[in-house]
Amino acid sequence: MSETLLKTIFGRLTLDSFPIHEPILVGTFAAVAFGGAVVLGALTYFKLWGYLWKEWFTTVDHKKIGIMYMILGLVMLLRGFADALMMRAQQAMAFGANEGFLPAHHYDQVFTAHGVIMIFFVAMPFVTGLMNYVVPLQIGARDVSFPFLNNFSFWMTVSGAVIVMASLFVGEFARTGWLAMAPLSGLDYSPDVGVDYYIWALQIAGVGTLLSGVNLLATIIKMRAPGMTLMKMPVFVWTALATNTLIVAAFPILTAVLAMLSLDRYIGTNFFTNTGGGNPMMYVNMIWIWGHPEVYILILPLFGVFSEITSTFSSKRIFGYTSMVYAILVITILAYLVWLHHFFTMGSGASVNSFFGITTMIISIPTGAKIFNWLFTMYKGRIRFELPMMWTIAFMITFVIGGMTGVLLAVPPADFVLHNSLFLIAHFHNVIIGGVVFGTFAAINYWFPKAFGFKLDKFWGTVSFWCWTLGFYVAFMPLYVLGLMGVTRRLRHFDDPSLQIWFIIAALGALMIAAGIGAMLVQFWVSFRNREALRDTTGDPWGGRTLEWATSSPPPDYNFAFTPVVHDLDAWYDMKARGAERPTEGFRAIHMPRYTGAGVILAGCATVFGLAMIWYIWWLAALSFVGLLAVAIGHTFNYDRDYYIPVEEVIETENARTKALAAGA
Amino acid sequence: MVVMNPAGDVARQQADLILWSTGLMLIIIIPVIALTVLFAWKYRASNTEAEYRPDWDHSTGLELVIWAMPLLIVIALGALTWLATHTLDPYRPLTRVAPGEPVTPATKPLVVEVVSMDWKWLFLYPEQGIATVNQLVVPVNRPVQFKMTSSSVMNTFYVPAMAGMIYTMPGMETQLHAVLNKTGTFEGKSANYSGAGFSYMNFPTRSVTEAQFGEWVESIRRQPDRLSTDRYLELEKPSERVPAMGFNAVQPGLWDKILGMCVKPGTPCMQDAMAKDMHRGAHAPVSNRPPVDKPDGALFKAPEDKKGGENRGAPIETPAGSQDRGGEKNRSFSAIDHSTLPGVPGRSSAAAGA
Repeated sequence: MSETLLKTIFGRLTLDSFPIHEPILVGTFAAVAFGGAVVLGALTYFKLWGYLWKEWFTTVDHKKIGIMYMILGLVMLLRGFADALMMRAQQAMAFGANEGFLPAHHYDQVFTAHGVIMIFFVAMPFVTGLMNYVVPLQIGARDVSFPFLNNFSFWMTVSGAVIVMASLFVGEFARTGWLAMAPLSGLDYSPDVGVDYYIWALQIAGVGTLLSGVNLLATIIKMRAPGMTLMKMPVFVWTALATNTLIVAAFPILTAVLAMLSLDRYIGTNFFTNTGGGNPMMYVNMIWIWGHPEVYILILPLFGVFSEITSTFSSKRIFGYTSMVYAILVITILAYLVWLHHFFTMGSGASVNSFFGITTMIISIPTGAKIFNWLFTMYKGRIRFELPMMWTIAFMITFVIGGMTGVLLAVPPADFVLHNSLFLIAHFHNVIIGGVVFGTFAAINYWFPKAFGFKLDKFWGTVSFWCWTLGFYVAFMPLYVLGLMGVTRRLRHFDDPSLQIWFIIAALGALMIAAGIGAMLVQFWVSFRNREALRDTTGDPWGGRTLEWATSSPPPDYNFAFTPVVHDLDAWYDMKARGAERPTEGFRAIHMPRYTGAGVILAGCATVFGLAMIWYIWWLAALSFVGLLAVAIGHTFNYDRDYYIPVEEVIETENARTKALAAGA
Repeated sequence: MVVMNPAGDVARQQADLILWSTGLMLIIIIPVIALTVLFAWKYRASNTEAEYRPDWDHSTGLELVIWAMPLLIVIALGALTWLATHTLDPYRPLTRVAPGEPVTPATKPLVVEVVSMDWKWLFLYPEQGIATVNQLVVPVNRPVQFKMTSSSVMNTFYVPAMAGMIYTMPGMETQLHAVLNKTGTFEGKSANYSGAGFSYMNFPTRSVTEAQFGEWVESIRRQPDRLSTDRYLELEKPSERVPAMGFNAVQPGLWDKILGMCVKPGTPCMQDAMAKDMHRGAHAPVSNRPPVDKPDGALFKAPEDKKGGENRGAPIETPAGSQDRGGEKNRSFSAIDHSTLPGVPGRSSAAAGA
């Protein structure tokens, strides 16, 4: 076959695109292929394909989608963490004549992939998964506003993750850093597939994130139970409202800036090029106008989680609810007024730098108020040190340290010496691990019994807790020190041997965190094995205060047989206090959305489209895009969108719960 | 810790600012951590002695305190920030070289023009008419004005012992004013990731006495190499771990051409393109120079031009480096046997010893 024909069919995909000369990658591929074959074989052997497709992949139930988001986040956490271990190992050994084990080509992909995966495919799925699972239950709704859209959003996020993972074994990932700054990410300096993998993974996952933001926003605004006024919403719902507002307003900016970068790369425009009127500084501004709100998108829902947990485990009303709500809103607005603090060193004038420095500091006021509110919620409470509360206290202590170094970085002249240093790396891991990751683990331990009907094992949870928290300090405190020694980020080799000891300590910390991750996986396994002993039949294992604890664990498909009526902020606590009786008769058939496979098919088309664009396979890109549109339009003619759960089934489910409650009492 | 104990007055003030800000914040951080531990201990469920008020959820006095405390600290810190940001503005000429030693109007700062390249640093000394690569030498206690740009992608110019970092950007000039108050050799580097050779973009920065500086300039002037246009174009091409170089003279007007991205003969300069736009009544855009040598967008590539899909982790053959921008061989440059590179002290001997 002629080369032209081959290139037309396969674009720039050739046999050389497969990294068969990379032992690390071949080994990884063998392990992934073997593991994948085992999983696929097991699914086939146990005849689970039909079950998975019917009950999970096509589901529009917000609870199952939430759980799938959490699983996606956990799986990608393992990948992102493997990258972290490789970086720590490389930096711990590459001194003087020792070049370490990763060539620049590989190392640069690793740090880019680590950042991209941890933010977009670990933290975002965790946050979205939690909101998906908890918000409808807390507001007394039966599902989200647009159940099909929810399924579609999830699979688009998976599609992005699949594209990033594909880059490991076909071609390569970007070597630009996690924000792919222009002009380095332009065609001039990055002609390879890496940046295209980056662009299409984020664009496709971004569609999912944006639509899920729209969905949850509509859900919170329109679907609250009667009596739940805005100021009676649980704090977690408030934070979800703020976060989804931020998502809806910020993600289009990311989409736009990546679209412009792809125009530069695909049709030769000059948005961010060095010449032809292009302006790379515009890329830096635009990516951070999305990027700064993004960090609040990640942290705000976890602030909500901590509020719920502190109140529940202190057996006390949340202190200063009103000021908590205003603090959330102030943070939401200010999130848009600080982006320039990410590049004080780009040469802006002193007045501009001061303005953005001071607005950044102002954010610490509402954040500080929130910390105090949690503190005074604990004050005069009765604190039970269950796992979620332990994570919360670890968060409070760790997060204020990260907050302090963050405000320090907001002082422009101080930032001049700390920008792009390991001090900065330590700072944002301090707030993201101390805030987002600890919060997610608190939330997993808190809501796991709601989702699966049994608690998580406390022993292995405690082991994981100590490995993670101590590991965090051992891994990142040395980076603060190194930052103050003038060591900057993304270096793969050092000359000064006196630095090595700090990198070795940091690597040990990373190993402790690895043990924490391992202990968490053991915790899941042990809890599953002992599920009968850990079983909760009440649906309210922690003495909860909000509506999700009013229903069974796991909740029935329809969440609530009757929509609850809310009279108080702590609606379920209020119902318990006033001795509200659970209704046992008068049930009616319940109107529910029907499962559909359209989301999976659409996301599948999007994945093919993304890969075809990355590899310049134009015919396939056109075909899959047409397929995408055809399926989307075809799906609008699907009128079989809903059904009624028959009243007999509702009665049966509710009677079973009545019996379980009676047996437990 | 060089950042906290630097050798230059600007970095010294930046370090002091870090200490002051941290101190101010600790006023609130320490009580918060202490109270967290205290409350967690005192109000543990097993301590039934402690007061328990399950419905206590509001106190106007406390609310005032918890909003006012951070506010007051931010006001103090904000004032400090405003003042420090203006006095330590890198564009502002220095007013003192050390505490109590103001800069007299007679003192002329040393001008150094800095170009970050893939992947090395070029320093032009317009006063002395010389240029160096990967070595920066400045006289102690004399203010230095750095004018900076980049030949390709963004980097930051960072000498931790001297002053904070500032970006270098193609087609644009940024500035930094700084001074070194101690003699010695300090570490200089790029702190903004710029591609494969980034880890080796280091330049030792030497601070020497005025006399030694004069001698050093003379020694550079005795070097055979001259930085002509052709030599610059050759130098500009990507290379890694470049040994220190010196040039006895520099092509006149080279800096302006680097800034205008038009060193290559026949390339229109950015300044000219901007002046033309201004003349037409448009506002001045950034780097509105017509593109030269720009790669085609992917959609316009003929099938046979679709390159760059290989996984390039391990080189098939030992690459000696390529002179094309973005050339394939440079992608796996770090696999080069550096013991063969000339002028890399220590490395060749280390390799020979092993």
